[in-house]
This record gives sequence, structure tokens and C-alpha cells, in this order.
Amino acid sequence: MEQKKWPETWREVTPGCIVFTPGSASTYKTGSWRAQKPVWDNSKCIKCGICYIFCPEACIHEDKNGYFYADLDYCKGCGICAHECWPQAIKMMEEEV
Amino acid sequence: MGKRIGMEVAIAAAEAVALCRIDMAAVYPITPQSHIAEHLSDIVHNGQIDAEFLTVESEHSAMSACVGASAAGARVYTATSSQGLILMHEILPIASAMRLPIVMGVCNRAVSGPLNIWNDHSDIMHVRECGWIQLFAENGQEVIDMTIQAFKMAEHPEVMLPALVNIDGFQLTHMIEPMEMPSQEEVDKFLPERKPFAYLHPDKPVSMGCFNMPDIFMETMKAKDMALRNSKKTIIKVWKDWAEIFGREYQPVETYKMKDAEVAIVTMGSMGETASVAVDEMRKAKMKVGLVKIKLWRPFPEEEFKAAVKGCKTIAIMDRAVSFGGVNGPVAAEIKSLFYHEQERPKIVDFIMGLGGRDVRVEDFISMAERAKKKKEDTFEFLGVRE
Repeated sequence: MEQKKWPETWREVTPGCIVFTPGSASTYKTGSWRAQKPVWDNSKCIKCGICYIFCPEACIHEDKNGYFYADLDYCKGCGICAHECWPQAIKMMEEEV
Repeated sequence: MGKRIGMEVAIAAAEAVALCRIDMAAVYPITPQSHIAEHLSDIVHNGQIDAEFLTVESEHSAMSACVGASAAGARVYTATSSQGLILMHEILPIASAMRLPIVMGVCNRAVSGPLNIWNDHSDIMHVRECGWIQLFAENGQEVIDMTIQAFKMAEHPEVMLPALVNIDGFQLTHMIEPMEMPSQEEVDKFLPERKPFAYLHPDKPVSMGCFNMPDIFMETMKAKDMALRNSKKTIIKVWKDWAEIFGREYQPVETYKMKDAEVAIVTMGSMGETASVAVDEMRKAKMKVGLVKIKLWRPFPEEEFKAAVKGCKTIAIMDRAVSFGGVNGPVAAEIKSLFYHEQERPKIVDFIMGLGGRDVRVEDFISMAERAKKKKEDTFEFLGVRE
């Protein structure tokens, strides 16, 4: 049985919420409970990558210029990256709804 | 053909489990369930059936092991009582949410404290909301029958939910009763091999017990509730299949002398036997009293219960658990909400009785029915308590 998409209505929930496509967790977007998002000031960033290492969601990625950004589909807004950043290049900002 | 036997009911329950050709049992002994644990262990270790018997370190582990084995496709059984059931509590809604057809015998016993090992229904009422099919057996024969039936109900592709059989501690577990033990051929004919909807296997990977965000959790809970509500059709069908093979009929709500009854006594479990003697006595004295026995507690048989008490003026409920600080006992709560919208609802009188092994005699049922009849309105009281 193939998982076509994530369920919309209760009738589409598979018995026991079984997921039939292995390795599909990344297609389930889990960023919706975030209240604040991390914003980088690249003029302060020293490209050390400590934010990338500490991110418990592993949702911080490196761009082609060596700077970092968070994938907001998964970022929970925990603020660990901002707390750990030595040169204080990351600020947690309220999200605009 | 089945065999007429005289046997202790707990031993018979273990024998019935063996007839179901289980693959695994994880049971932690606790009074008054111990004889099921001990005898099932004997059956497995004597090589009578080809199954694993897991000697786990607690009931929490027993239920966790059952979840794992059932997820791997095994036919699984466990049994417990009271404190053991409460220690399992954390895993019970997980088993039903994962739609795993585990079967469990619950040998009903009072919940501590103070420590008390005797029978009432306070343990099962603690886990009422866990999403399991919940049956109540009245005598030894029903324990055998419902244990076997529970596997078929739980594993049915239209159901896929765990099921438990309530067996009154001591009053049933430790009684020696005359019963009919079905033969292996009959049980094989009735109960097909388990064909799981999905199972854990490296060749066909699936993920079970996944995380749900707020955006899908409500839908998941509705799906689970609908699965349990819809299981009633299959439960009734399984009972019909049973009657065809074994000749013994089961219904979600059983009635006794309810025709023209003005007062209905409501019981669950073994007390139905004593209550039926009380009804006979009262009928002799020209009192229009009947008995309604709830055999299926979850999913609650709404239409069947209403039909059973139709035309009845007074319902006298025997509640064998206390909902501390609540409006009334758990059975009365269910039945009152069932009749709330009715134009002409019966008077519903709730009695807390038989807690922690306190004897309930024929005379107690008679006094209960007489008191209920005299009441002007719905009431709630402890019956037989020293004031």
C-alpha cells in the first residue's frame, strides 16, 4: 500500500496512523508550532557553523556563500541557534502572521 | 464436540487462550489473575502450544511487549488486575491507537488504597476511555466463550482494535464451575488465523506509532472513535457466528423477565446471577421487576439498552465503582446521558454496591429494587454502607 499524501479528513487517516512510505518524515511539515523565527545578520556571521551543529531539528543549512539559514518548514523556533551564536549574528524575531 | 468439564474459571480462561493458538503471552502475575498467568505458563512450557511466554518485570512491560509482538503480526494475550491494569494504563491507549488486536483478561479487583484484593469494578472504570472493546462475563462459560470471541472481534479487518474481557476477581476467577470447553477443531473453525493489516518486517518497512501534530490529531481521534463505534456491528456478527457453531447466544444487552417490568435492575459481570435469583423471588411476590445485564460496555450499546428498558418506569443501577466527587457512578453517568434527550425518560436510581468484595446478597437486590421503586426522583447513594 502506497502513502499518496498526508490525510486531510478523518476518513483518510490510515488505521493506526501507519505510514507505508519509509523515510517520508521529511514530507511532514512540522514548523507550525513556531512563535519566533531565527534571523541572521550576515555582516556579523563568522561562518563557524555552531548554529548548524546545535540545531536539534537539523533544519539549519549552509548556502553557497558559506552562510547559514533555517528551513522554516521544520524550525520550531527554539532559539538554541541564537543562544549559541558567538558573535550574536542570530536574532529571534516575532513572526508576522 | 466440546467437553463438559468442572474447572476453576481462571484455569479455564488459560485453556481457552491456548485453544486460540496464540503466538505470544506477556503476563505479570497479580491476585486474583495469578492462576491465569501460572496455568498459561504451564501450557506454554509443557509444549502444549507453540508460543512464547514472556516473564516481564511489570505490567507496563507486559503491555509494551504485547504492543511490539502484535505490531510484528503475532496473536497476543495478556491478563491482569487492579494495580496491574493501572500500571499498564499508559500503554493501553497506544495499543488501540495503533489498532493492535491484543486480547486481555481483566480479573476485576478493587484499586488501592487501602489495599484490598477483592472484587469490584473500580479497576476497569479507571481505563474506560482507552479505546478498547470491553466485554463483561457473567459466569465461567462466558469467560471461556468471550475469551475466544474476543480474538475474532479484535482481529476482524473491520475492527482491528484491542479487546478485553472483564472477569470478576474471585467471584469468577477462583470458582469451580461446570462448563463446556470447546474442542480445538471447533475453535479452529470459528477463529481463522490472524491476517494483519500491516506488520513490522524488514522486507516491507512501515512506520507505526507516528507523531501527530495539532493539525491532524483531532482527525486521528475521530477515526479511532468511529472505529470503536463501528465495531459493534462486527461484535454482534461474531456472536451470531458463535451461536451457529456452539449454540450459545450472546447479545450486547441481555434481559431477564423484562416483559411488563416496571423496575429494571442493571448489572455488569457476575452479579447478574445473584440479581436473577432476586428477580425470581420478587416475581413470586408479584413485583414487576426485571433484570438488564450489560455484556458490552465499550462500545456502549445505546439502541440495545434503550430497547431493553423500553416501557420501564424505574431503572435501578448497580454501580461497583465510585467516581469520587462525581455526580454519580460511572454506569449511571452513561445511562443518564443516554436518556437525557428522551421526552419520557425513566427514573434513574444509582446505587454504589459491592465495593472491595463486600457481599451483595439476593436480599440486597430486593431492597435495592424496593427502594428504587419508592423514590420520587433520580438519586445516588451507597447501599449497605454503615451510617
